[in-house]
Amino acid sequence: MIHWTVIIPLFIFLIIIFGIGIWANKQIRTSDSFMQEYFLGGREMGGFLLAMTMMATYGSASSFIGGPGVAYQQGLGWVLLAMAQLPAGYFVLMVLGKKFAIISRKYEAITLIDFLKKRYQSNVVVILSAISIIVFLFASMTAQWVGGARLIESLTGLDYTAALLIFAVTVLIYVVIGGFKAVALTDAVQGSVMIIGTIILLIGTIVAGGGVENIMQSLVAENPQFISPFGAEGSLTPLYVSTFWILIGLGVIGLPQVAVRAMSYKDSKSLHRAILIGTMGIGTIMFGMHVIGVLARPVMPGIEIGDKVMPLLTLEVLPPLLAGIVLAAPMAAIMSTVNALLMLISSTVVKDIYLHFFNPQASEEKIKKTSFWTTTSLGLAVVVFALNPPDLLVWLNLFAFGGLESAFLWSVVFGLYWKKANKYGAISSMIVGLTLYIGIDRLAPHVFGMHTVTLPILISLVVFVAVSLATQDKENKGALDI
Amino acid sequence: MRDKRFQIAHREALIGVMLVVLNFGIWFGFAYGLGSGDPTEYTFILGFPAWFFYSCIAGTIFMIIAIWLAIKLFFKDISFDEEDKQ
Repeated sequence: MIHWTVIIPLFIFLIIIFGIGIWANKQIRTSDSFMQEYFLGGREMGGFLLAMTMMATYGSASSFIGGPGVAYQQGLGWVLLAMAQLPAGYFVLMVLGKKFAIISRKYEAITLIDFLKKRYQSNVVVILSAISIIVFLFASMTAQWVGGARLIESLTGLDYTAALLIFAVTVLIYVVIGGFKAVALTDAVQGSVMIIGTIILLIGTIVAGGGVENIMQSLVAENPQFISPFGAEGSLTPLYVSTFWILIGLGVIGLPQVAVRAMSYKDSKSLHRAILIGTMGIGTIMFGMHVIGVLARPVMPGIEIGDKVMPLLTLEVLPPLLAGIVLAAPMAAIMSTVNALLMLISSTVVKDIYLHFFNPQASEEKIKKTSFWTTTSLGLAVVVFALNPPDLLVWLNLFAFGGLESAFLWSVVFGLYWKKANKYGAISSMIVGLTLYIGIDRLAPHVFGMHTVTLPILISLVVFVAVSLATQDKENKGALDI
Repeated sequence: MRDKRFQIAHREALIGVMLVVLNFGIWFGFAYGLGSGDPTEYTFILGFPAWFFYSCIAGTIFMIIAIWLAIKLFFKDISFDEEDKQ
């Protein structure tokens, strides 16, 4: 069944995104430093753009589709858990903040790996980081593409392959030709759509349920645990929920796609504004979407598949045109995550591998060609994999978030703030963090009732400090200025 | 030579850490402090259980105000470019 009134707003949304890509391409042609412009938008982002691109990159399919689905089954306890994401709005920007901005300019760093490379002076660090970024983010990008295609499939009634192609063509064209600037500008549109969509659907759901009080009473009548902080089956223990904070509240600093944004803004003012706007945006979306999942239960009882809660609810409680706008929100969330990942992987391949190891003397023209082709072929590779995702990718995607955090968190934080941090510490903490994370996840995911990511992050911290201190005499720190 | 701007940057990073600790305290304290009892005996505010209202709604608004104040009062405008180019 095809809902035309729903499709029209979605279609207009895609056209706008497309237009922005073409406009950004003109900017790139006129810029004098292609690399900096294409991969970092020329470090020109203002406060609003920075806030939106942080929020949109961070908010993904799981904030709009998966999360509300779990909240539907778990109740208010899951909203509590989701609110642990509030620090993502201010903590990253405050902690990496000005230090990262100053140092990355000093080092002329364009990617996160650039910074690590110059800070630790080690090719092993470069290779380890590049491999984790390419492997983990390629996997999670594929998962997001599958999500995007499934969403188009369920909304339009097109078959999966056609849906995937529509999604791929739109994203690929604006990212390939427009670079980081197109990504950031479309993120601003996508971020706004995400916020507006959340607010409309929240109001629509409360009205359809006859007010919050009414909805809460129906929830208590079904199972009083729905309104407790412990979840429907009492499985959300305080220890688990608070260690979850480490993964999604604090560890976000270690996500390369988020961290790279913390070196792309223009000046102090942009940073200050972005912190405030970003926190309000993330607060609205995370609270709104997850609470919607809970409120949906009495409004639309009996939905078996969590991922269907949000789309079905939207079509049920809103008139078609509004539903189209609201359903553009998850679309926007998926696209804005995918475009950031594509850009990041491409910059890793071009800047950190090709230029660093193979062709440091490449001409501007050559770099330009390589960048366009790398981005395009990565995008096409994702399409092929998304048509029929191999088990290995599905498996890797599960580790992407925690794996990257275990690998990067301490190298970035100590690299910025601790003079004694050295390459030996960085390398050993990366290896220990990654292996422990995958190991614990395989063998004992809820060890001592904590979230999987807790121990790897704590132990790699200890390893980093111990190894750095033990190897102090091996390294000449004369040139280091942090 | 130590860059003067780093002092400012370090102080602001520390403020970030303090805000996160405050955020965690409010969020955790209200949720399990008020929400540990029997759900059928909860008190409600604006239709939501009190623990949820304070931890997730009022707490979030409070944090946004705290962040705004911290930036207004303590965050400094500094230049990111090299100070002394030869």
